[in-house]
Amino acid sequence: MVERVPPRSAQPRSRLRVLLASGAAALALAAGSIVPGVPLGAAPQQAQAADGGKSTLTVAVAQSVDSLSPFLAQKLMSTSISRLMYDFLTNYDPKDNHAVPGLATKWEPSADKLTWTYTIRSDSKWSDGQQATAEDAAWTFNKMMTDEGAAQANGNFVANFKKVTAPSPTQLVIELKQPQATMAALDVPIVPKHVWEKVGDFSKFNNDKTFPIVGNGPFILTDYKVDQYVKLKANKDFWRGKPKFDELVFKTYKDQDAAVAALRKGEVSFVAGSPALTPAQAASLKGEKNVKVNEGPGRRFFALATNPGAQTKDGKKFGNGNKALLDQKVRQALFLSIDRKTIIDKVFQGHAVEGQGYIPPRFSAYHWQPTAEQSLAYDPAKAAELLDEAGYELKGDQRVGKDGKPLDLRILCHATDPNDKAIGKYLKEWWGKLGIGLKVDCLDDVSVPWYAGEYDLAFDGWSVNPDPDFVLGIHTCAALPAKAKDSASTDNFICDKKYDELYKKQLAEYDPAKRAEIVNQMQSWLYDSGYMNVIAYPNAVEAYRTDQIKSITTMPEAAGNIYGQDGYWSWWSAAPASGGSSDGSGGSNSTGVVIGIIVVVVVLAGGGLFIAMRRRNTADDRE
Amino acid sequence: MTADSTPALVQIADADTDGPAQSGPSAAHGPRARNTKAYLQYVATKIAGAAVSLFAVLVTSFFLFRLIPSDPVKQMTGGRPVSAEQLQSLRHQFGLDQPMWQQFTSYVGDALTGDFGTSFQFHAPVIDKITEALPATLLLTGTSYVLYTALGIWLGTRTAWRNGSMSDRFNTAFALTLYSVPSFWLGLLLIIVFAVGIGPIPGMFPTGGLESGNETGFAYVLDVAHHLVLPVITLVAVGYAQTLLVMRSSLLDEMGSDYLTTARAKGLRDDVVRRKHAVPNAMLPTFTLMFVNLGHVVAGQILVETVFSWPGLGGLFYQALSVPDLPLVQGLFFVFATAVILANTLADVLYPLLDPRVGR
Repeated sequence: MVERVPPRSAQPRSRLRVLLASGAAALALAAGSIVPGVPLGAAPQQAQAADGGKSTLTVAVAQSVDSLSPFLAQKLMSTSISRLMYDFLTNYDPKDNHAVPGLATKWEPSADKLTWTYTIRSDSKWSDGQQATAEDAAWTFNKMMTDEGAAQANGNFVANFKKVTAPSPTQLVIELKQPQATMAALDVPIVPKHVWEKVGDFSKFNNDKTFPIVGNGPFILTDYKVDQYVKLKANKDFWRGKPKFDELVFKTYKDQDAAVAALRKGEVSFVAGSPALTPAQAASLKGEKNVKVNEGPGRRFFALATNPGAQTKDGKKFGNGNKALLDQKVRQALFLSIDRKTIIDKVFQGHAVEGQGYIPPRFSAYHWQPTAEQSLAYDPAKAAELLDEAGYELKGDQRVGKDGKPLDLRILCHATDPNDKAIGKYLKEWWGKLGIGLKVDCLDDVSVPWYAGEYDLAFDGWSVNPDPDFVLGIHTCAALPAKAKDSASTDNFICDKKYDELYKKQLAEYDPAKRAEIVNQMQSWLYDSGYMNVIAYPNAVEAYRTDQIKSITTMPEAAGNIYGQDGYWSWWSAAPASGGSSDGSGGSNSTGVVIGIIVVVVVLAGGGLFIAMRRRNTADDRE
Repeated sequence: MTADSTPALVQIADADTDGPAQSGPSAAHGPRARNTKAYLQYVATKIAGAAVSLFAVLVTSFFLFRLIPSDPVKQMTGGRPVSAEQLQSLRHQFGLDQPMWQQFTSYVGDALTGDFGTSFQFHAPVIDKITEALPATLLLTGTSYVLYTALGIWLGTRTAWRNGSMSDRFNTAFALTLYSVPSFWLGLLLIIVFAVGIGPIPGMFPTGGLESGNETGFAYVLDVAHHLVLPVITLVAVGYAQTLLVMRSSLLDEMGSDYLTTARAKGLRDDVVRRKHAVPNAMLPTFTLMFVNLGHVVAGQILVETVFSWPGLGGLFYQALSVPDLPLVQGLFFVFATAVILANTLADVLYPLLDPRVGR
């Protein structure tokens, strides 16, 4: 075949030609868009000048919207947007999370605790000009109580409602079946009745066809492109005051490294991280000019749960949890041998706080800490003692029970969470030293073995709300499944009379201080039980551009987070820096133009050279 | 499918009895009526085969995703304060409380009428979600497909013709290097270098997405083209080696043929010998590859779509799988498989027209 190669003389030129050609192909591809890049780069600035310097705050988000209907939305991204579009009855103070006025200015229970009366403000208008009234609120709640399709996302809030009425435009009356202390924490977007009463099937209506969407929150949703962006404009008539940015854009970045790159460039003003920026990303951004890495206490707790013996509501046992864990001493021994500090330093790389009580310190009113004597702080010697007492003696390097079987445990881990795996390795080591075997089972979705009660321990974690009712309720007997393996709201099959009594008591206690006291007792019980032990509270790690955002309210205000707050504080309060806003287009203005021109010139020159050489070659052939 | 016909094609080609005259579609000859009838029969069998495959896919997709040990309702509401009643109500609405056989029969029944149900997480018809994301995917993978196929054929031809030369070695090695690079990594690198800018290189392109969201008319088209550059470069860079290698090796096979010597002996220019004689004969294996790749155009590119936040089917499939949003994954799986089956069937149907030896 070698002899088929054309005469040598043609080679040097041809070789160059092929090289040139391959380069030119790549350049041509680039050129196709550099040219458009020229007008584009300059466009946003002109646009800004034209409409009087419109300021835009662009937020990079990883999640996509599941639904813009507040009756269906489950994802944090969507519920955060609902918060901005529609006012709730109440809001939470950014300083300490206590309830503050929203659409309601005042709320009062009756003497028998079963009727709550809300005074609805008269200075809130829907964006189509109509007045927002108590009638809208009553209609929203009634819809959720009567239509299963409208109860999908927030039905839990109205489960205990008997009747909701609006005797006057400024008065909303909610009658309850049982006393309920959470009535200033109804996280339900109130929608305009005159718009929503036209909706047919609530389970299929996504509220994403006509824009702008009528609302009364601090922002009005003006545009939405699936998987690309959600645009909102400032509501100039918002009763608390108009937001300082004119426009708020949530832009989808499915890859967090790409989002960080966009922040570095200034294409976005803020990166939330899902759930947080990685330690490496945070470290890389720390020295960056005009970028501030914001780290605040998170709302999640990261815990270990032990299987207390899975059972149904009527007490039927199921699952195969290790019987050794039915002994409180064994459970406590496990937690006594966990070195939380090492986990914080090595696994979370410092971006977390050591765990103690069930409710994270961010929610100061309900945060509880164990006393020195009940504390299960790192103490392997005491752990060994407890195991001896429980009858698990060390034989060789193994703990053996009275039945002669070695103590071997399993732990369910989320394959999607690298922290689970890393901590699993440490647990294996620490419990191994005590003589306990551990198998770490990492699964994409742990819910199947979990709800079948087929685990000994599990990595557990919840996002906590300012009102702790829900995270407390998931450990009550009422949350247990009706049938074995049914999914239910129980977290970990805990069912205890004392705890249940306390739960009922806190729900009926309308005095905040007294209620907090009961909640503390519940946390203390939970801690001692060893059914659940909080290892860490992971921090929220996010970053924003200081040349685009001058100031922004964190929650808690002193040192808190920005994305996914309880309330609209961050985006409502954010003030634009004089430097301007995110350009969003990606063209790097004048430099882009220069480079674009250079590339075009190179391509044209390359192309010209290519054609010229081709002519010469053809000429060679002709000779 | 193509897999059946290709080996036969290669075997016959190896016999190397063909001359330049048989190189094009015009080569069909012989008693016309008999040939047409045989061809139609051949086409009918291929189409019937495709229909059977499609039905098998339809059935498989139902069971395949139910093997994932996962609870869609629990996964969807994960971490939110929902009551047991809400979970039950969702379960009922999704039909997950029905016995498996009942779910299956209603799925097949609906699917045969073109209804793939309603997405669990998006509360919208599966067909709507797919048609919503399809254009973005077709734009991205379609553009890259055309470019990497053209680039691959062109460079494949050049490198084979200059076999053993510096440019051959360079181009082949370069293509293979890019081929082995993970696409998401290359994409991220391009973002850092050409979107953000590094050192003297300014950021020229957007970091992600399909559009800026504030352009209309022609400016919108330019805006989308601007966003298209980096993802397309990524896909072309990673993809063209395949075509290049197939084209190169099949042309190398042809280069030993006597008809090329004949052509040269006639005094034809080297370019003409290559273009008119060698390349058409060497194209057949490349055609096979082109059709295989064509089928995958629809499936999108999950990794590249993720890195560049491209709102296409790949990303939708990923979102659907992570729940799993059963109606949506079933629908997408069916569409992806259909595209591959159709592309292969199309290849089978076209082959006899390109090369009359096939399907005889």
